[in-house]
Amino acid sequence: MTALAWLIPAAPFVAAAVGLLFGGRWPRLIGPLGISGTAVATLAAILVAGGTPHGGPPVEHTTQLTPTGSIPVILGTRVDGLATTVAIMVCLVALAVQIYSTRYMEGDRRRSSYTAFVSLFTAAMLLVVLSADLIVLLVGWEVMGICSYFLIGHYWEHDWAQSAAVKAFVMTKLGDVPFLFGIFVLGAEAGSFRIGDVLAAVGDGRVEHVTIATLLLLGGVVGKSAQFPLQSWLPDAMAGPTPISALIHAATMVAAGMYFIARLYPAFAASQATLTVLALIASITMLGSAVAALAQDDIKRVLAYSTVSQLAYMGAGLSVGAPDASMFHLLTHAAFKSLLFLCAGAIIHAVGTNSLREIGGLRGSMPVTFATMTIGLGALAGLPPLSGFFSKEAILNATEHAATSGGAAGFFTYGQVTTVFDAQPQTWAAWLVFLTALLTVAVTGAYCMRLWLMAFIRTEVVPETGDLQWVGPREAIQQGPHNGRPAAATREGGRHAGPSAETTEGVDSPRASESGTVVPPAESAMHDAPPAMTWVLIALAIPSALLGFFGLSSSGVSRWLGDTATAAVPGLVVLPEAAARFTPAALTTVLSLTAVAIGLLATYAVWRHDPAGDPADALLGRSRTWVERGYGFDEAYDKTLVEPTYAAARAVLFIDANVVDRSVNESGAGARRLGGVLRLLQNGNVQTYLAGVLIGAVVIALSVAVTLG
Amino acid sequence: MHLLYPLVLSALLFSIGIYGVLARRNAILVLMSVELMLNAVNLNLVAFDVWLGDRLHAGQVFTLYVITIAAAEIGLGLAIVLLVFRQRETADVDALRDLGERQYEAALESDRAG
Repeated sequence: MTALAWLIPAAPFVAAAVGLLFGGRWPRLIGPLGISGTAVATLAAILVAGGTPHGGPPVEHTTQLTPTGSIPVILGTRVDGLATTVAIMVCLVALAVQIYSTRYMEGDRRRSSYTAFVSLFTAAMLLVVLSADLIVLLVGWEVMGICSYFLIGHYWEHDWAQSAAVKAFVMTKLGDVPFLFGIFVLGAEAGSFRIGDVLAAVGDGRVEHVTIATLLLLGGVVGKSAQFPLQSWLPDAMAGPTPISALIHAATMVAAGMYFIARLYPAFAASQATLTVLALIASITMLGSAVAALAQDDIKRVLAYSTVSQLAYMGAGLSVGAPDASMFHLLTHAAFKSLLFLCAGAIIHAVGTNSLREIGGLRGSMPVTFATMTIGLGALAGLPPLSGFFSKEAILNATEHAATSGGAAGFFTYGQVTTVFDAQPQTWAAWLVFLTALLTVAVTGAYCMRLWLMAFIRTEVVPETGDLQWVGPREAIQQGPHNGRPAAATREGGRHAGPSAETTEGVDSPRASESGTVVPPAESAMHDAPPAMTWVLIALAIPSALLGFFGLSSSGVSRWLGDTATAAVPGLVVLPEAAARFTPAALTTVLSLTAVAIGLLATYAVWRHDPAGDPADALLGRSRTWVERGYGFDEAYDKTLVEPTYAAARAVLFIDANVVDRSVNESGAGARRLGGVLRLLQNGNVQTYLAGVLIGAVVIALSVAVTLG
Repeated sequence: MHLLYPLVLSALLFSIGIYGVLARRNAILVLMSVELMLNAVNLNLVAFDVWLGDRLHAGQVFTLYVITIAAAEIGLGLAIVLLVFRQRETADVDALRDLGERQYEAALESDRAG
């Protein structure tokens, strides 16, 4: 069955190719084509997972296309428990997004390319997940980058979409450059780009510069997974359609970074320096972006910052030697974050605005969205028994273990290769990660509570700032972007209720809330999204709630996810207690539940005090604006990087025009002027020429006579 | 006969020829001056041939050769002069300056514009 693995990335790729070529001609086929490509991949992934021997060595099916002359590049799949589990997750989320998009994007004029790019995006992610070769993995990695560029820039008529797309592309590329060199270092020193060979070489100690290689790779991971200091592209990536946000945040792109570390975990674990750096990055990102999420006004930006924060949790788990716990969190996060984004899409769809200030009291009018989003937020905050609780608990448990035992999370013993692997960061870094993670649990609780209260519970909406003003519905519609049209109005007008007609006008716009319109919560006009969308929400709510319990079984997810780390290296033995590592431990459970309770109750108390206001104002005080703008990172990057680059470009232009060009032009003009002097001799009088010849001959004759005589 | 006399004579002839080539304005007279120079050389060749007593008389051979070439050359030259005169009704060497650099400034201007 594992031989079918090639079909998993190939099916969506074919769907993408056919969609790009013929999508414009047969618009009816677009939706079914996208769905069927992903569905075939899902089926194949499930079949492959059924045939994967868990706990054994990874199964590879490879073929070498052509000899390259040096280190061979092979085309093939490397199937183990981790890869198949993540592949199934990617396929399911992509399937949900495709189904959801059939309604959400209905009528959009670029729908065929949109669907094709979603398929291509999925195919690229699956290639990253399954590839047996680092170079082929890099291909998928980069294809994802370009797909994210196209999809974030879906509404390219608008400046903000263009700049967000370019920003996402450039910032991830910034990390991809070191990533490429990291692959080269590993490949050159191991003599092979095959993941299996590379890991074996690391195990034998043949890779000398493993710290340099993994730090370079970490650069790519930081860019792709939007970690500090390359985090600021992800909130801006909200410029794309909401299903794309769900896809990028839950299943592809950002997950690829963390998955890559888990895939090459023995290499990362061989360098204590890399793990320490990862721990530092994770700590900074985790807390910083959670606080930023608390301050955001745009509902999608709240979720974006929470994604950054949750990815940092995975990074934290990876840094303390718990790749399986991290990947478990990756899975649960994929479930609840895609659910949250699609819920947010349903809200935006119904209300017509992203701004939390302007929406409220949706509990009554959108019951399905309310229920599913409550489950999603509960999972995000880590409330038992929802899935997020178990996965976050597993990571917290591992960090606590690493901090207190002053070493590895301690579930793996490395047999004869103990000296090579110290899967632990510095002890202080472990403590830092553990304490930050606990603190972040509280902040996570706070922003989940704030989002929930503001969107669903509060019934009064007061325009707070002066530049917001009431605009009547008629004028609002004429204003174009983000009008206050109730969804039902368009439906009754014979058109579907999707944002399709307005999508190109920026319903998804992260700036839409700045256009100065206040949308009153007209409850009678709002209700849940159409069935294709609500069913997806319900389908995603189930794993969001229940996925955690799979981690408790010793033969289940926990065992599969440990595959890469254990089976890749000869002599690596899984201790029996590893099987039970996703079971919540008493100490960390109490601590994290206390922390989340503090966060939830503090926010609730603040809200009770001022039911119409925004709890973030009271919680963050005067620093809120600064935090809301992402700590001024964009401004700082503008000042320190963008402006100097422009200045340097202007200097280069000046030098080019005034030094390079001028020297060329002047030397040409100078030669011409010199030639002009010689031209004066050519006066056309033959006798003058002859006189010259004669004088020359006489001079030559005289000089010969003088020198010889 | 002393060698000096023919040499002085030939030098005088050559100088007159050079003067004619450089100073005369009529193209016919320029050609005639060229003939003078050639014949001065011929005189030199014959004189040295006698003075050296060359048994092969290479000097005389060269002289005959030069006379032949000169005949051909003058034929060609006169033909050119005839054509020039037909075209322009003048045989004044000073007036035939079409290949001169008279349009230098104009050419420079057109280059700059282009």
